[in-house]
Formats: sequence, C-alpha cells, structure tokens
Amino acid sequence: MAMISADNRGLRLATRYAVLVLIALIFIFPLVFMVMSSLKPDQQLLQDSGSLRAFLPVGDISLSNYFAAFQRAPVGTFVFNSVLVTGVTVVLSLLVCSAAAFAFVFVGWKGRDVLLSILLATLILPFETIAIPLLMMVAHLPWLGMDGLTWGWLNSYRVQIVPFIADGLTVFLFVQYFKDLPGELIEAARVEGASWFQIYRRIVMPLSGPILATAAILKFLVMYNQYLWPLMVTQAEGYRPVMVGLQYFFQLNVAWGEVMAYLSLITVPVLAFYLYLQKAFIASIASTGVKG
Amino acid sequence: MARISLKNVRKSYGATHVIKGVDIEIEDGEFCVFVGPSGCGKSTLLRMIAGLEDITSGELRIGETLVNDLPPKDRGVAMVFQSYAIFPHMTVCENVAFGLTIAGASKEEKEAKVAEAARILQMEHLLDRRPSQLSGGQRQRVAIGRAIVRKPQVFLFDEPLSNLDAALRMDMRMEIGRLHQQLGASMIYVTHDQVEAMTLADKIVVLKDGQVMQIGAPMDLYHDPANLFVAGFLGAPSMNFVKVTVQGVNGNKVLVSNAALDPVEVSGKRGPFKVGDQAILGLRPQYLSVAEGAGRLHGSVALTERLGSETVVEVTLKDGSPLIAALSHDAVFDIGSQMNLEFDPAQAHLFPEDGTATSSRH
Repeated sequence: MAMISADNRGLRLATRYAVLVLIALIFIFPLVFMVMSSLKPDQQLLQDSGSLRAFLPVGDISLSNYFAAFQRAPVGTFVFNSVLVTGVTVVLSLLVCSAAAFAFVFVGWKGRDVLLSILLATLILPFETIAIPLLMMVAHLPWLGMDGLTWGWLNSYRVQIVPFIADGLTVFLFVQYFKDLPGELIEAARVEGASWFQIYRRIVMPLSGPILATAAILKFLVMYNQYLWPLMVTQAEGYRPVMVGLQYFFQLNVAWGEVMAYLSLITVPVLAFYLYLQKAFIASIASTGVKG
Repeated sequence: MARISLKNVRKSYGATHVIKGVDIEIEDGEFCVFVGPSGCGKSTLLRMIAGLEDITSGELRIGETLVNDLPPKDRGVAMVFQSYAIFPHMTVCENVAFGLTIAGASKEEKEAKVAEAARILQMEHLLDRRPSQLSGGQRQRVAIGRAIVRKPQVFLFDEPLSNLDAALRMDMRMEIGRLHQQLGASMIYVTHDQVEAMTLADKIVVLKDGQVMQIGAPMDLYHDPANLFVAGFLGAPSMNFVKVTVQGVNGNKVLVSNAALDPVEVSGKRGPFKVGDQAILGLRPQYLSVAEGAGRLHGSVALTERLGSETVVEVTLKDGSPLIAALSHDAVFDIGSQMNLEFDPAQAHLFPEDGTATSSRH
C-alpha cells in the first residue's frame, strides 16, 4: 500500500511538473526563437524555422546580424529615446497619479466623487479616438524653452511624455490601494501634526511599495510599446522610439535576422526593468501596523 | 493642560443626527470617560474633539480657544486609537518620535523625549523593533508613547484596550490610571466597558443615541442614577427593575407595592408620582439579602450560580417577573424553594414608568 501511494505521489508530482514545464516552454519559446534566429543568417533561419533547430544555437552562428542592424538604423538613438521617454513618464506618472489618488481618497473636498467617476470613465475610451484631437492640440501648444516662446510640440520628447503622465488607470490602481490602507494611520498622523503632504510622503508612499511596482510595470509596458502616437508626432529620427524604429527593417528587402537582432536588443530594457521591480515588489510587501 | 468645554454640540450626516446637542465641561487635569452602548455616538464625539470629524453646530473649546474649525494639529491633542495605528514602516523609536519629527525637533531633543517616554512606559528595550515584532500590549504602549512624547494639553483614548485579552486589559488599565496621575493631563477616554469607566474616571459621561444621559462621578452615578438607562447600564449584574404601583405619597416619600412586594416607602425624588401611578423600582442585586423574617420581596429560586466569593441567585417573583440577587457569601439553595428577600429602602430607586427622563448633573 505504502509503495503504491508513494508511487502515486511521485506520479502526481511528475505530472504537475510536466504541465508547468510545458506552460513555461510555451511562454519562453518565442523569446528563445527570437534570440536564436538573431544569431543565424537569413537562409538558415528560414530553413530552421520548420524544425526544432529553430530553438537551438546550431549551424552558422555569429553576431553579424547585430552589426548589420546597427548599420541599417540608429538603434542606440531609438533605445535611448524610448528609455528616456518611458523612464521620465513612469516617474512623473507615479508621482502625479498617486498624489491625485491621495486627494481622492484621503482629503475631503466637494465634487471628488463626481470627478473620480469622470476620470474612471476615461478608461473606456481607446486612445485612437482621442489621437487626432490630441495631435491638433499639441501641434499648437506653446513652449517656453531655450529658444524663447515657441508654438507646437511636434518632434520633441515632451510631446511623447506630457500627454501620458496622468491617466485614469494608474489613478484607479492607486485609489483602490489607498482605500485599503487603514484610515486610522492617516488620522493618527493628522493628530500628530502632519500636513497632507507630509502624510503623503512619510506615511502613504512608504506603504505603497507593491502598488508603485505594479503601476510602474504597467506604465512602462504601455510607454515602451508606444507606436501610433510617436509615429504621428515625430518626423525627426532623433526623437523616435524603438517601436517606430522597427519600420526601418521592413523597407525594401526584409532581413529577418536583422529584425530578430533588433527585437532582441530592444527587449533587454524591458526584461531588466521587470526583473528589477519584481525584486522590489517582493521586498516591499509591508506588514500592517494595525491589529489584525 | 486645559479644560474642555462642549456647548450644545451637534453632528449630523444629512438628515441623520448622530450627536444631538451635548453639553459637557471637563476640568483641567480631569479623567473623563465617555461610556455608552455601541452606536451611542461616544467615538464620534471624541473624534469631533480631536478634529477628525466636523462639528455641525455648537461650540467646542479647549482651554480658552474655540477650536471648532481648527485642524487636529492645532488643537494640542494626542490620540490613542483602538487599532493602535502605529506606522508599520517605522521602528518603535521613529513611531514615538513622529510628532516631534513633524514639528522639526532636533535629534538630541527627540532622543531625550523618546527615552523619557520609553522609561515611563518601560519599553526601552523595544525602541529598535518594528511594529510587526511587537505583541498587542507592546503596540498599545508604543501608541501611548507617541501620545505622551509631545506633552499635549489633552489626551484622547478611543477604546484603547478593547483589542487586548482580559489579563492584559487589566494591567494596561491600571497603567493608564497611573499615567494620568503621573502626567496630570486632561484625559478623555471612550469605552463601552463599565469596569474601565468606573475604575478610571473622575467623571463619567453616559451617552445614549447621541444624547447625554447623565454626567457625574462614578459613585454618584452608581448610587444615584438619574434615569432607568443609567441605572441599568452601570453595575454588574445590572439593576433589577420591578414594576410597582404607587399606593401613597407623603411629601418626598412614596409608598409602593406589587403582588410580590410588600408595601415599602422609598424616595420619590425622580417624580412627581401620584397614587395609582405605575412606576419602576430599581434594586441593585448586591443590595438584596435573604430575609431572616418575612422579608419584603417574595418568590422562588429559579437558578443559582456559585462563584465562591458570592452567589448569584435568579429568583422568579410571585408575579412571574425575574429578579437577580447577588449574595456576598457562598450559599446553596434548592431550585424551586421559596425565597424571601430583604433590602434597605434607602438603597432603592424609584423611576417614573416611562423612565426616559434625562438629566445632566455636573
């Protein structure tokens, strides 16, 4: 009996692992395929794609596709632009949206429920519906910069950053999280003499690690994957992000090895950012100070 | 230190009136306890004093200052919450020093004051710990430490012991009492536990449905309750209420009786009463004793609980109504046996039948 039950347990465990491994492989195969293909010349890449060889580093392996990709397009500029635009937007978005959510949840003021409803209603609007009006607006906005007062924001970093700092989804995420924070912590800080800003900075933000990580990851992905908007508002190569840069590889003859090399390169920042925040996410799960 | 004065203070949420015109004077250095059943408005009243709830109308003064519209930080109050509300991301030391940090105190000043508070509360060894590493009682100490370190004019406690187990609650209760003597500050303490109210308070405010039922020293309320609610709320086991009929009125004395009660003359100061009125006679279980002779109250034993130092007897009176007697000795009674009880008429309280008359005695 004992032997059979031990065998059963082993079998169950093996099945479970087999399923998990299969799921993991399904998710990881495209990435492996991308990286492996980026190392192969086009002819071999196409030949291999019908077999398991597509996922293995076999045959004529080299980094030549990477060199070619750098020659075909200003990859460094695209990656720099994307990282800059995404990084600045994520940081400003976390600050602005968390502050907005703080005001919605903790500070009592007239009309906040109505305003929050309107803000949340914006979630159902796809970006495409507001893209044209937004384009017409940013094309005529003033800017006070090094060159004095200028009109129109096209071909700049700010046109890719400012419209995306505040968004309903991020505010909503913070609102939901803040509502679950124990209200007595905020009241205790108020009685102790803290201003709203001090409560935001010293109490609420330090307890918001998990939601900051979540909001940052979501915002990062949206910003890094921007395609339509930067295509509309940037004509100059110097301001274009990675996704728009992909176009450079689909003009005239398509070199799939170079496409894969480019894709591998632009995936690196995403993976690095995700792995970094995943660690922060786990480290920042706060224990509650309220009896529970 | 300061006196606190509430004049006709009201609080409404739309059409719902939570606090219905409250007048309370709390003297400098006094320990005042707000007590009442759940939903009576005691916590709301405390939060209004703290500045966490708006005052719909009326006047609230701390010291000489009208504080109705002042934010909590400008009222000179410190508050200890039921859930402790200590900040989980800070050490005990940072928690205790929080108010000082906000006020911009120097590092030396903070260290000195935190050390002083830690000494008073005997928690020097906890200062570097995080709240998650503390027990309930220790967390409560931290919350109290955070309150005393700023030397506020008024301390507010919102049911601070209700999350603690019975033994720890008694220890902390005594500690809070000691703290009050040591600091000499005005304290307002909200509880639904009448033992806490009776043992800690200089002055008890009994609340019901947003109204003050009675204000006074614990023993005054116990011995001279103004109405049926206060009479029934304070004291354990609670006061017996026996329905009686007024047989005669002689000045301030009223002669009452019923089927189980022989005619007895008691004080009619909560009247007026007139002959033929129905009234309620309040008898504390502790003031009832087994009659050696015929006694005044007649019934039979329904249940006995022997607690060692006292015996609680439930008696079914001749008219069928139940009555509790707490006898101060161990005794054995047969269930169903005849029981005649005696009491001192001076310790009996006669209330009008509706019992709703309220009075505020300062």
